[in-house]
Amino acid sequence: MSDVQQLFLEREKRMADAVALKKPDRVPIACLWDFFPARWKGITAKDAMYKHQVMFDAWVECMQHFEPDTVDNPFPLRGFGPLLDVLDFQHLQWAGHGLADDMGYQFVELEVMKPEEYDHFLYDMSDFMVRRFWPRVYKSFAPLENLPPLNQVISYFWGIHNAFFLLTPEMESVRTAMIEAGKASAEILKWAAAYGKKMAELGFPSSYGGFSQVPFDTLGDFFRGTKGIMMDLYRRPDKVMAACEKLLPIMINTAIASTKRTGVARVFIPLHKGLDNFMSPQQFQRFYWPHMKELLLAFIHEGITPWVLVEGVCNNRLEAFRDVPPGKVIYHFEATDIFLAKKMMRDRCCIRGNVPMSLLTVGTPEDVKAYCKKLIDICAVDGGFIMDAAAPLSDSRPENVQAMFDFTKEYGVYH
Amino acid sequence: MQDLVNAVAEMMEDDALALTRKYLDQGIPPVDILNAYKDALGIVGKRFEEGIYFVPELILAGEMMKAASELIKPHMAAGETGAGSKKIGKFLLGTVEGDIHDIGKDMVHMLMDINGFEVRDLGVDVPAKRFCEEYKDFQPDIVGLSGLLTLSYDSMKAVVDCLKEIGARHKVKVIIGGGQVDEHACKYVEADAWVTDAVTGVKYALQWMESKA
Repeated sequence: MSDVQQLFLEREKRMADAVALKKPDRVPIACLWDFFPARWKGITAKDAMYKHQVMFDAWVECMQHFEPDTVDNPFPLRGFGPLLDVLDFQHLQWAGHGLADDMGYQFVELEVMKPEEYDHFLYDMSDFMVRRFWPRVYKSFAPLENLPPLNQVISYFWGIHNAFFLLTPEMESVRTAMIEAGKASAEILKWAAAYGKKMAELGFPSSYGGFSQVPFDTLGDFFRGTKGIMMDLYRRPDKVMAACEKLLPIMINTAIASTKRTGVARVFIPLHKGLDNFMSPQQFQRFYWPHMKELLLAFIHEGITPWVLVEGVCNNRLEAFRDVPPGKVIYHFEATDIFLAKKMMRDRCCIRGNVPMSLLTVGTPEDVKAYCKKLIDICAVDGGFIMDAAAPLSDSRPENVQAMFDFTKEYGVYH
Repeated sequence: MQDLVNAVAEMMEDDALALTRKYLDQGIPPVDILNAYKDALGIVGKRFEEGIYFVPELILAGEMMKAASELIKPHMAAGETGAGSKKIGKFLLGTVEGDIHDIGKDMVHMLMDINGFEVRDLGVDVPAKRFCEEYKDFQPDIVGLSGLLTLSYDSMKAVVDCLKEIGARHKVKVIIGGGQVDEHACKYVEADAWVTDAVTGVKYALQWMESKA
């Protein structure tokens, strides 16, 4: 076995041991790199998003420098500028497209699905997606709004003349956009594959091979918007429930398929709208946790490790979160009291996090080291812990990230 | 109008609208109806503080208030603002440069408004220079800087630096709010306070106005 293969296996084992609540050789460390490598290398976010070779080189160099235990692939969700352009994508603003060249992208709140459209969504989701959702989110597909309902295209009387609708000049622009989007996407995925291969050659396992969400978050983030779904809890709770149930198998199946395709049995699940302040314990128990638990159990059943990024503060959700089989789930905390979490989950879940973004962004290396020491002393002492920032690195100062890595690798060795 | 206050405070949206219509038809002064809403939103804010209510209730209460204002507007005499009552202070608000998030900011706007502040809301992605120009024009007691991202630390700091440059920093309180602010960010920005929810922000503002009076 080559040294690199050895290194790859060591890193995988380090992660696997932590997940299984065992003590690895040292505390594993990994991050969601976001656009940090661009900043570290002195290139703009725009360059990273649009110039594939530039991103490839900068990210490879950055990973070789920091040597994390797992790495995420920047191409699918960072190096996708050309694709966003072709699609005229509405859910983001990005460098050179509403934002300055050196800024990471930002999510745009939209009410893509109107309240009165729940019934359409529930009756025929695919038709709703193609004729309502796509035209609004991918503006280049706007003319699809004029297609006949997809479920009316059947046979004989109902169907054989429907290609007629595709003939208009505006549909020609849609066809062109679809082909161009396909090309842009193929190019990005080619780079993604190359990056994954390069990382493996350098001995770095992938941090995750699939993405999923709690259905309430998907419905809120992408369909109804934050305000919309919050009001729906009062105005149409039954529809919210029905829509979440409709989304649940989709959230499970797409992620499982993706882990099979990528061969990486970890699924990344960021939590957005079930936080302490965002809903009552009763609302959480009704609209959020049951689907979240089903999601986690479905992945565990398939031998997949859910890596749950608990955004915001979830101190009051920990009791629910710990109700999963032991040694199978990673909970990555942002601003939740991680020391309380450790106390409550010691025998149940691997804890990950949570060097505050404020320290990494405007603190000093000494601040960062002091916090990492506390984390290791309290959270890592008996294993079951992964060092990470509280959230994606974005604007962190390089010297602070360096301090986090150096200190963890030195002080985090188990004896 | 206790029934209206209760309907709003208990999130009975349909009842609240029906009662609002009823009182308008009965010729109750619009300002009294608006005051009932303000009382109700006061209760909602208090319940948020106590951990009984959460973001959905704040948002829904804000929407009820907005719908009621629309109903009431045609009944107002010319020049009557409904805000009517004496303002307790001026609050300049905005999401800082580079950040386009507005949900938290909008909640702060609504709550500061019903708590008696005159609010000037500059929107999102507001450059430091603009904050300072508006400061000179509006002469607020408090400047509220909103931002959800870590990049907003520098933008917030730029506003504070600008306030220093024009010799205004000691005359005004600066409060920062958003998911990523904490004591470290507050120290870096040199703000007077940091909050991660709107209700706590209002509490600070009210305390400051009290100690000023």
